Amino acid sequence: MKARVTVTLKSGILDPQGKAIEGALKSLGISGVASVRQGKVFDIEMEGGDPATAEAALKEAADKLLANTVIENYRVEIV
Amino acid sequence: MKSAVLVFPGINRETDMARALTLVTGNAPTMVWHADTSLPAGTDLVVVPGGFSYGDYLRCGAIAARAPIMDAVRAYAGRGGLVLGVCNGFQILCESGLLPGVLMRNARLKFICRDVFLKVEHSDSPFTRGYNAGQVIRVPVAHGEGNYVADDDTIARLEGGGRVLYRYCSPDGAIDPAWNHNGAINSIAGIVNERGNVLGMMPHPENHVEAAIGCTDGRGLFAGLAAHLEAAAA
Repeated sequence: MKARVTVTLKSGILDPQGKAIEGALKSLGISGVASVRQGKVFDIEMEGGDPATAEAALKEAADKLLANTVIENYRVEIV
Repeated sequence: MKSAVLVFPGINRETDMARALTLVTGNAPTMVWHADTSLPAGTDLVVVPGGFSYGDYLRCGAIAARAPIMDAVRAYAGRGGLVLGVCNGFQILCESGLLPGVLMRNARLKFICRDVFLKVEHSDSPFTRGYNAGQVIRVPVAHGEGNYVADDDTIARLEGGGRVLYRYCSPDGAIDPAWNHNGAINSIAGIVNERGNVLGMMPHPENHVEAAIGCTDGRGLFAGLAAHLEAAAA
């Protein structure tokens, strides 16, 4: 079973990397970019066939390691 | 004074720290491997040194914070044992939940390696009793992620409880954004936990303990810890 955990910065947390990327996109002349926030994507192959079990395990993984919930939110998807 | 210096893969300041502890306190520390599950009996001080544990993968300090030895460090801190984290060690202590907040990318995105000035906020802590309140010391920093961030409530608790021990400042001790090289909230360079027995700081006091280097301002931190432990044992 394939799963994806997406980790993003909470709103209000300053993201200097996102700001730098935003500046670079603007300097490339790409139009319409209002703002950029950088995050992380983890593609995870899970053993077993039960989506609910996999989702629970991945939530634990995100809480314990993949995300720092002081500054980040996460989303778990079974794909 | 029995110190234990933790060693994680990718850490590179552990020998500097061991050398400073030996020079200032007269006792060489025990080096403790990350996969160990216990600290040496009678440990007076645990030091989490600087470097780049696990290559800063995922987030700085995130993987080291989940190493087996950290359960022993959490239990030791819970019993009131002294823990000092420097640079990556500070990041590891935040990631492990021993200290609040997080160290974000420096505000101007650059890795900064140079001497900075720190104001010692008060001398009522084991980690500052080797200095005078308001004293300005010069110590090096070397980090890309030292920008201390926490939510408003946490900052209010830190400030209200006198838990900010070290702050970036000008050479004459003024707290000024121009001397806050990494953009940390309130120029925070070092904080303690609520109980006051766990300190995390970004700068490297262990690198300013020898006259040959040109500055010995870092000695006070280690000398103060030794004096604290001596007084506690008396």
